[in-house]
Amino acid sequence: MPKSARLLVAFAALLMSLGYLLPLWRVDLVAPQYPEGLGILIKVNTVVGVKEQDLNSINNLNHYIGMKRIEPDAIPELRFMPAILGGLVVTALLVAAIGHRKVLYGWSVALGTVLSAGLYDYWKWGYDYGHNLDVDTAIIKIPGMTYQPPLIGSKQLLNFTATSWPAPGGWGLVIATVLVGVAIWQSHRASLPAPAAIA
Amino acid sequence: MFTLPKFRHLVGAGALASVALLTFACATRQASNGLVAGDAAKAVYVAPGQYDEFYAFMSGGFNGQIGVYGLPSGRRLKTIPVFAQYPENGYGYSEETKPMLNTSYGFIPWDDSHHPALSQTNGEDDGRWLFINANNTPRIARIDLTRFETEEILEIPNAGGNHGSPFVTQNSEYVMSATRFSVPVPNTDMPIAEFKKSFKGQISFIRADQPGKMRVEFQMVMPGFNYDLARAGKGPSNGWVFFTMYNTEQANSLLEVNASQNDKDFVAAVNWKAIEVCAKAGKTKNVAAEYMHNFTDPFTRQAVSEKVTSVPQFAAKDCPGAVYFMPTPKSPHGADVDPTGEYIVAGGKLASVIPVHSFSKMIKAIEAKAFEGEIEGIPVLSYAATLAGEVKNPGLGPLHTEFDGKGYAYTSFFISSEVVKWKLGTWEVVDRVPTYYSVGHLMIPGGGTMKPNGKYLVAMNKITKDRYLPTGPELTQSAQLYDISGPKMKLLLDFPTEGEPHYAQAILASKIKDQQVKFYKLAESKAPHMVRSEKETGVSRDGKTVHVRMTAIRSHFSPDNIEGVLVGDTVLFHITNLEQDWDVPHGFAIMGAQNGELLIMPGETRTLKWIPRKAGIFPMYCTDFCSALHQEMQGYVRVSAPGSNVALVGTLSKGPQAAPKKADGDKQKK
Repeated sequence: MPKSARLLVAFAALLMSLGYLLPLWRVDLVAPQYPEGLGILIKVNTVVGVKEQDLNSINNLNHYIGMKRIEPDAIPELRFMPAILGGLVVTALLVAAIGHRKVLYGWSVALGTVLSAGLYDYWKWGYDYGHNLDVDTAIIKIPGMTYQPPLIGSKQLLNFTATSWPAPGGWGLVIATVLVGVAIWQSHRASLPAPAAIA
Repeated sequence: MFTLPKFRHLVGAGALASVALLTFACATRQASNGLVAGDAAKAVYVAPGQYDEFYAFMSGGFNGQIGVYGLPSGRRLKTIPVFAQYPENGYGYSEETKPMLNTSYGFIPWDDSHHPALSQTNGEDDGRWLFINANNTPRIARIDLTRFETEEILEIPNAGGNHGSPFVTQNSEYVMSATRFSVPVPNTDMPIAEFKKSFKGQISFIRADQPGKMRVEFQMVMPGFNYDLARAGKGPSNGWVFFTMYNTEQANSLLEVNASQNDKDFVAAVNWKAIEVCAKAGKTKNVAAEYMHNFTDPFTRQAVSEKVTSVPQFAAKDCPGAVYFMPTPKSPHGADVDPTGEYIVAGGKLASVIPVHSFSKMIKAIEAKAFEGEIEGIPVLSYAATLAGEVKNPGLGPLHTEFDGKGYAYTSFFISSEVVKWKLGTWEVVDRVPTYYSVGHLMIPGGGTMKPNGKYLVAMNKITKDRYLPTGPELTQSAQLYDISGPKMKLLLDFPTEGEPHYAQAILASKIKDQQVKFYKLAESKAPHMVRSEKETGVSRDGKTVHVRMTAIRSHFSPDNIEGVLVGDTVLFHITNLEQDWDVPHGFAIMGAQNGELLIMPGETRTLKWIPRKAGIFPMYCTDFCSALHQEMQGYVRVSAPGSNVALVGTLSKGPQAAPKKADGDKQKK
């Protein structure tokens, strides 16, 4: 690995560690009677409202459609995620320290796998909340209607427009991934036989 | 404020003199009909979703409330109940708010509120609180401007009509109370004919700068005149307050004639800093009295009424330097101090000039002891010694003056029905505009402070006549908005008001709007009967009292089926609104309640007392359209005959009561 690639990976580790301080994902809900919007922030170890009472308000509204309450304490992923993120940061630093190209390649596959699994899990979480509704107590029942928020982008859910997007901590992960890609590219180029001098 | 009998007298006495002027005014009016310039609509138009530049707080007069309006649009935003019960939100009906209306005479559901006064810091409106007086049963209220709610009310002992009130000092140290009616002090049974001998006036300084701790700091017993209005000094005159008075003739009957005899009455200049020194020196003594102090704790949200049993009192003559009389023509109404603190403008209702006193000349006259005489130990200065100037031929019936901070004063004229603009220092009239009709108070935002905002002027009219669609004998009350930013005053807008606005205050919206409480945090509530979740709800019996601890959340009450209440029980519904979001109040009403409804803000607990009179099933429901299933937010109370053995239970269905047979078409339509 060239020195620049090692620095990039180390810097990626720093960016990933921002996930401890900053929320990873944000879902905003706007409706005619909620012009100020309601929103939740998904952090590495919890889910909180954008405003203090937003999560409570969203949970109260969700009882109309029979959606489960979002109780951060009852979401097992939130217990594992800090360790997983920590693992990524530590191993990234190790990769930078070792400075071996093949280790970088191997690690980047693991990184890709962990991030994909995370996104898939988040999608599945949203699917579960949006589809597994309590039909007995649901007040508003529209045949065929489900309430899964989008993974990324906007979607109309009854009167609410739901918008889901990475939050600053999530952007840290995205940029870190790009930096790792650049590091791979640089390492790959450096590993090629030196081009013959052009005559 | 201006009393009707006096008005009639004025019309009678001044009729001949004013015929020419009125005719002229009418002609002018018919010609213009108050038509406004083409751009007036644009000047007052506030587009949907946009905000007004100012909050205006307009007293409701005989409705006992305060109306909140936006300026320049004139749109009514809210009624703040103060001295009168307000069925709309349960003020004075709920157990938590009833004590606010308690007095030494017991519970009083009504009063007459006249003069709102914003709190000040360094002579500028600061947007913390609004004070207002109760005229009939003397009281002063403090309204918190983060909640737009009456938070504290102090009764004033030994007062008979709290009219000259509650004008604030420049750092809100004190608000005033001057009695309109002189009465025996202490109030005792005696022949009314003993007025001159035994009736006394009083001026009270109310310490008001700490929420929950309003108190009469000192009460000065004054000669038995009628005290009318006041303004605190500012800048150089800070430490003084100027009170007008009438009926220095000391008449106790047919005042419209008998109190209009003297050529001059007085403005009393009261030095509260000197009184503080006297009080420290032990010259006040605690005299037995009985009056109420009511206060709502912000965390329990429960008003408490406590009795106060003495008042620090002294006679004016026992504190030399505390008060001087400035002779002033004639039955003066308003006493208004200009933004520099130098000029005191007195509106002599029957005067043909507007006299303006000079504070610095007054101080010189006091130092030189240039006294004309003395009344009950109070030195009387000479008119010439304190006079700064007179505005000649200003109009008929000057009442009140406010200032634009640019060197001009604006005085209302009741009889000639106009606002007159004149220049401080030269005393020349520079402009006049008609009002429709018979203006009382006028108001410029900050117009009584050191920092007026000379953009708009609001005239509060006493007579409406043909200005609006007629509504039977009783017509709407009317305010008028004028643009005073240029050299000529321009009428922009008429707008109706609730109750009769006597006086108003206005403040830049930016000083208030971002400090608004949006809901009460359940976690911080200390309401005695509150519950934090549905799990904590329940019904309990304590002798013949049944406590129902109930919650409201979109869209149900918990419990919503209650059985075991007996005829003869007193049922207390303690309802906590569990919502923690802005603008989600719930209401509560139950059939046959001889009380009112509750309107419960998010996170708040309110209690309705209900005494069922007969057995049967009593529906209850949410009265504030809270949600899509608001109409479903309802329940029942079963009331049984005395002695029946129905168990006391409160329940809420845990889920569907029966398997749904088919899609519930009715509900889907909602």
